[in-house]
Amino acid sequence: MPTFVYMTRCDGCGQCVDICPSDIMHMDSVVRRAYNIEPNMCWECYSCVKACPHNAIDVRGYADFAPLGHSVRVQRDEEKGVIAWRIIFRNGEKDMTLLAPITTKPWGQAIPQLADEAEPSQEMRDSQHLYNEPKYIRLDDGGLHTLESNGLKLKEGVYY
Amino acid sequence: MAFKTIIEDGIDILVAGAGLGGTGAAFEARYWGKDKKIVIAEKANIDRSGAVAQGLYAINCYMGTRFGENNPEDHVRYARIDLMGMVREDLLFDMARHVDSTVHQFEEWGLPLMRNPKTGAYQREGRWQIMIHGESYKPIVAEAAKKSADKVFNRICVTHLLMDESKPNRVAGAVGFNVRTGNYHVFKSKAVIVAAGGASNIYKPRSVGEGAGRVWYAPWSSGSAYGLLIGAGAKMTQMENRIVLARFKDGYGPVGAYFLHLKTYTQNCNGEEYESNWWPQLQEMVGKEYLDPEASHRTHRPIPTCLRNHALINEVNAGRGPIHMITMEAFQDPHLEEIGWHNFLGMTVGQAVLWAATDVDPKNENPELTTSEPYVMGSHATGCGAWCSGPEDISPPEYFWGYNRMTTVEGLFGAGDAAGGTPHAFSSGSFTEGRLAAKAACKYIDDGKAEGIRVTDEQIERRRAEIYKPMEHYRVYRNEITAGSVNPNYINPRQGLDRLQKLMDEYCGGVTVSYMTNEKLLNIGLKKMKIFEEDLEKIAAENIHELLRAWELKHRHLTSEAVMQHTLFRKETRWPGYYYRGDVMKVDDENWHVLTVSRRDPETGEYTMEKAPCYHLVEA
Repeated sequence: MPTFVYMTRCDGCGQCVDICPSDIMHMDSVVRRAYNIEPNMCWECYSCVKACPHNAIDVRGYADFAPLGHSVRVQRDEEKGVIAWRIIFRNGEKDMTLLAPITTKPWGQAIPQLADEAEPSQEMRDSQHLYNEPKYIRLDDGGLHTLESNGLKLKEGVYY
Repeated sequence: MAFKTIIEDGIDILVAGAGLGGTGAAFEARYWGKDKKIVIAEKANIDRSGAVAQGLYAINCYMGTRFGENNPEDHVRYARIDLMGMVREDLLFDMARHVDSTVHQFEEWGLPLMRNPKTGAYQREGRWQIMIHGESYKPIVAEAAKKSADKVFNRICVTHLLMDESKPNRVAGAVGFNVRTGNYHVFKSKAVIVAAGGASNIYKPRSVGEGAGRVWYAPWSSGSAYGLLIGAGAKMTQMENRIVLARFKDGYGPVGAYFLHLKTYTQNCNGEEYESNWWPQLQEMVGKEYLDPEASHRTHRPIPTCLRNHALINEVNAGRGPIHMITMEAFQDPHLEEIGWHNFLGMTVGQAVLWAATDVDPKNENPELTTSEPYVMGSHATGCGAWCSGPEDISPPEYFWGYNRMTTVEGLFGAGDAAGGTPHAFSSGSFTEGRLAAKAACKYIDDGKAEGIRVTDEQIERRRAEIYKPMEHYRVYRNEITAGSVNPNYINPRQGLDRLQKLMDEYCGGVTVSYMTNEKLLNIGLKKMKIFEEDLEKIAAENIHELLRAWELKHRHLTSEAVMQHTLFRKETRWPGYYYRGDVMKVDDENWHVLTVSRRDPETGEYTMEKAPCYHLVEA
């Protein structure tokens, strides 16, 4: 396919259509369920698989090199901040479950509202510093690297 | 066609494309331009768009200066040797001195970075790479951009930049269409930061049919970073520096963590180490300054990636393929085995799908490696992109025209794949480049440089007619035939893409010719490219989705033509393993230790090529 949608699980909510980076998950106008309109522009990125609230989307490997019968399933839980994978080999000899964190902070809270930050001074504007630098670079001396500070100079030509 | 025209006026900074570069730009712009109107136009959904859509398992550019690991100049040296001397060292140094602050921010935002339990520093997989659990990397940075922008327009395919009509060579916004509603969107803006993607799928992929989507770089990366800039008449640089990747066969799974962290290695079909066999012959071709295995061994200076490709390609061509990645030793350690799998699940799930489908368990079987088709990009390990101004405290006069990351078009900035000569930026560096461009764009506006911008209705209407022409063409000619897709008056976007890929593959050094080309081939290729351009005027789109593909193809065409022009101009094989000029096989530092710069006249389509000096900031 590579992604495909199980008819009995899809309720046409459109979340896969909303998220697909390649614009290939669309709604079928007759059955009003999602499907992959252009498999050869699918990257198997699993964005739609993770977004589907009904686990209705799955992936089968590309037909030009992948035999049938395998399974790579995923559950992404934003509230718990984890993602779980299950990989089952075609021959059934390997069945793995893998778990990984996706975030260490609750969504929507850790990123600063820059509009609320103090207005940068003219000195800051004229400097090479970006927002919250040099603090965020966390150098002991607090400074930003320059050519001079690092004892460098411009030189033209070939040398190694 | 009854598509509405929706005009967004009074924008200060328009961010075109919101991958890692665009999200960085939108975030930073809010700080330096609190009162400014910041708008994002993104082709997909900002939560999962760009090359990092499915995640990343490593941040490939982190200095670790606070841990005493590297300084910015170390990174410049590394990128310089990897690209055989050809980088914009001012831009590289500038990115490298800021990139740590970007990564520290990511950790504060909730991105899970792994730490080395012994040192407390971030867990390294190599000198420049740190390991992360990055499945949600993109949603996390997207949140930062969404918080900062006034408006985010998802599903807008930006097709053209608008040009100011009161002053030549000044940008005035952009136009595009909504890929769902079909509506025409006009963004009038004082400054534009192009942070769109590089080009996948301009070369014939190794996979066929349904599998054509299994490419290394995202299939939705359509070269818009270059198509938009070239179309606006911006100068481009290093477009010949396209990249070929050595990856797991058919899955394109990453090998960096395998080599660097899991300590795997490669062998030929006889179980032999083969790379070093190729060094003496290759040293004659590139010179000792670029390939000195003894010095590399002594100083840990890396052997350029393209030269390692060269060894792999030639070993296979000599009949000693396949090349195997030796995983069976490392994978006996359950921890390393788990990392090996997570490495795929965090960023290239397709590789896990492939191994599960083909019963390849790397614990019991050494998987195959091969080289990919070429890609054109400026954020990974190659430096294609716009010729941009550098920062004022570093750049020599030839590299400096006032505003950091501004292209040669006034008010038009580049970040990520769009900024040329800055390889090895990767995700964190692209975000950092976006931040740098945003600060400079705010300064550009505050300095009054964007005053008096004028965009007439004539320009807006002309672009509108141009954008929807493929749908009009389809409507007019569709009923001349009974059914099917064979029409004497048009080709559809897929047919056009197939033609482009065949053309680039055969004439500009794709996989089927082992990356080989020469002057004659390139000249034939350019001639065919011009004829292809004529046919692109007749491309037909059956619906809005095909209209999207039609415009992606047009951006890919502009990118491809630039690649051919640059490859023809640089009369040497600067990067054996990425491509070969069969007629000029040797590296020629005497004449070509220079950066190549091009400009395509937007009116005539004619190219002018020039050399620009390659300045080095630091001693070896």
